[in-house]
Amino acid sequence: MFDNVIPLLPEIGISIVQTFLMVGIAIGAALLFGTPLGILLFLTSKGQLLERPILFRVINSVVNIVRSFPFLILLVALIPLTRVLIGTTIGPVAAAVPLSIAAIPYFARLVEQSLREVSKGVIEAAVAMGASTYQIIWKVLIVEARSGLMLGLTVLIVSFLSYSAMAGVVGGGGIGDLAIRFGYYRFQTDVMVVTVLLLVALVQIIQFTGNRLAHYLDKR
Amino acid sequence: MIKVQNVSKNYKTPSGTFQAVSPASLHVEEGDVYGIIGFSGAGKSTLLRLVNLLEKPDAGEVYVGGQELTGLSKKELRRARQSIGMIFQHFNLLNNRTVSENVAFPLEVASITKEERVQRVRECLEIVGLTEKADSYPSKLSGGQKQRVAIARALANRPKVLLCDEPTSALDPQTTRTILAFLKEINVQLGVTILLVTHEMNVVKEICNKVAVMENGHLVEKISLSDREIKPKTDIAKLLFEEEISEKRGIAHV
Repeated sequence: MFDNVIPLLPEIGISIVQTFLMVGIAIGAALLFGTPLGILLFLTSKGQLLERPILFRVINSVVNIVRSFPFLILLVALIPLTRVLIGTTIGPVAAAVPLSIAAIPYFARLVEQSLREVSKGVIEAAVAMGASTYQIIWKVLIVEARSGLMLGLTVLIVSFLSYSAMAGVVGGGGIGDLAIRFGYYRFQTDVMVVTVLLLVALVQIIQFTGNRLAHYLDKR
Repeated sequence: MIKVQNVSKNYKTPSGTFQAVSPASLHVEEGDVYGIIGFSGAGKSTLLRLVNLLEKPDAGEVYVGGQELTGLSKKELRRARQSIGMIFQHFNLLNNRTVSENVAFPLEVASITKEERVQRVRECLEIVGLTEKADSYPSKLSGGQKQRVAIARALANRPKVLLCDEPTSALDPQTTRTILAFLKEINVQLGVTILLVTHEMNVVKEICNKVAVMENGHLVEKISLSDREIKPKTDIAKLLFEEEISEKRGIAHV
């Protein structure tokens, strides 16, 4: 019944590595750039420590614009940028560029949302104790919102596991691409079933781990 | 110790400018437990928050411990705030930090070394009698215990002044008495000057030596409670004080 799957096993292995590579880079970029962007979004919004209406509106719009692109369009539109950055437009690393560009504003929004859950009174108490904005970010905002941030990260990983399936368009490879090429184009239903099961298992593991960690981090 | 001179604060609302505090002056001397009383929306919390510049006054000057806060740079203001303690109606503890980590927070802010922090946290928890809760998280504490942690936290940097924003309004009468007893003890034994906002007359009666009555953004009357006979002049002050008197009569009749 899994006739097509057995000879494909090495390729399935490679596709898993490719998926991890693409998603890993995108998540890394989101953590590195999306987190500060989300913090900035929160802090510059109305009634917050660094309230800057114009700056907030600019960042807010940029985040919205990038997020409104259907991912497939973004993937194609960013080909020139990818060529400049990576030197090639095919392969998982090249596909990681549009994935990262999409992941950064996505996570920034999730970070902003989590920070809004932090009680205003706690921030105010820190201000009253003479804490600097920098200290408030690290010792208050991130610590108080850490459980929500962990859940946001989980959502991000699951979403981008799914987005990475479209990376096949630019030759990025990965599990989703394998499903499309073999399962869909070649009507190898068994390959489709195996790859989808693989993705289901991955998502379950990620969500379960994320929930557990979030629960552990939450002392409220 | 605290001098507030002609400070005012307005808020812009869709229906026009709202005057939260109209030019008000207040002088809290060293060792005072100074109360500000008034009904909800009178502007008393805003006035208190003007003292450590959580609210920026539109006009006027604020002095704490001889230093003019209104003239400081951002950095100097942060430094000055480190020696002004503050507690709140809803405690405002960091929920993801343990009791001792909460008390350590202002010490971290002030860049105190680790060893000194541990030492000082223990001392402060001893003052409020919560050493055995050092490793608990705030969610495991009662309201009264949370406020005691908040007091320990406020005392960590050895402030000369403690600002209290409705410190007992979320607590039951029994717990209120405990918290007030702690505040009194801190005032007497540690020499901390206290400025306290409340809407409860019994709080004022219990620990304050002076009280200012506030109504619609105005400080309408200042009364020294150490005077032998308290003669409120304004209607609102009479109302607040007489409520107490009639309550006492009520008890006398029983």
